[in-house]
Amino acid sequence: MGTIVFFIFAILAIAAASGVVTSRNIVHSAFYLALSFSGVAVLYVLMNADFLAAVQLLVYTGAVSIMVVFAVMLTLRGEVSDSNPENRKWGWGAFISVLLFAVIALVVLTNSDWRVLPSAWTSGGSAEDMSLLLLSQFMIPFEAAAVLLTVALAGAVILAKGVKENQ
Amino acid sequence: MNLGNLSVGLSTYLLVGAMLFCLGLYGVFAKRNIIAILMSLELMLNAVNINFVAFNRFLWNQKIDIHYILTGNVAALFVIVVAAAEIAVGLALVITIYRNRQSTNVDEFNWLKW
Repeated sequence: MGTIVFFIFAILAIAAASGVVTSRNIVHSAFYLALSFSGVAVLYVLMNADFLAAVQLLVYTGAVSIMVVFAVMLTLRGEVSDSNPENRKWGWGAFISVLLFAVIALVVLTNSDWRVLPSAWTSGGSAEDMSLLLLSQFMIPFEAAAVLLTVALAGAVILAKGVKENQ
Repeated sequence: MNLGNLSVGLSTYLLVGAMLFCLGLYGVFAKRNIIAILMSLELMLNAVNINFVAFNRFLWNQKIDIHYILTGNVAALFVIVVAAAEIAVGLALVITIYRNRQSTNVDEFNWLKW
């Protein structure tokens, strides 16, 4: 059962990701991106990371994709059906990507330490367990992440709004 | 072949992550629109998250360390935080550049070159 669900959503995520990079229409790319993020969220559920799956759906599918769609709509000009073209050296990019994938696949498939099947999972990946870790072991990075988000918010507003010239 | 008996192991998740990462890498190399490049970057960060969670799920051993149980999930959570901050600042930059240049084509962003 889990295997079938895994393959359905893994193939969905990968197909949507290839749609992101091959679609000529950037609005379609943005929607494929949301689909890919949702497929990955299901993979998190299969790996018993419930809280992360929820965060993935909220932050990536809900916020990041919508923000990308907004930016696309604000900067679109010309014909939308040709808004996402490849550059002249896309062949080199494809070559290097395929090469990297071959190397990673070789490493993954030949490493016998990683040929493990799932063991029974008793302790959860819920918000409670994560928060215990975040507020004890990882308190400093947690606070740093809070500062980072605040700074990024202020920086994004300042950058997008622009500075007045005559002051 | 009965698919139900075939369990999905760590290496399958790692291959899915590698596939997503390489697709994102191709997008970063091949795309002209800067927003498409940012989208591909998000795909790559997402692929790394899959790897973090998969290693945490499959390689954590209760007998060895009981305290660091969800470390991989926490790392993935921090990656999500950084990705959200990055996309916010990146898109604000894109809008600012678009306002000055009327373009989102990275081939035209060459005014630091001489």
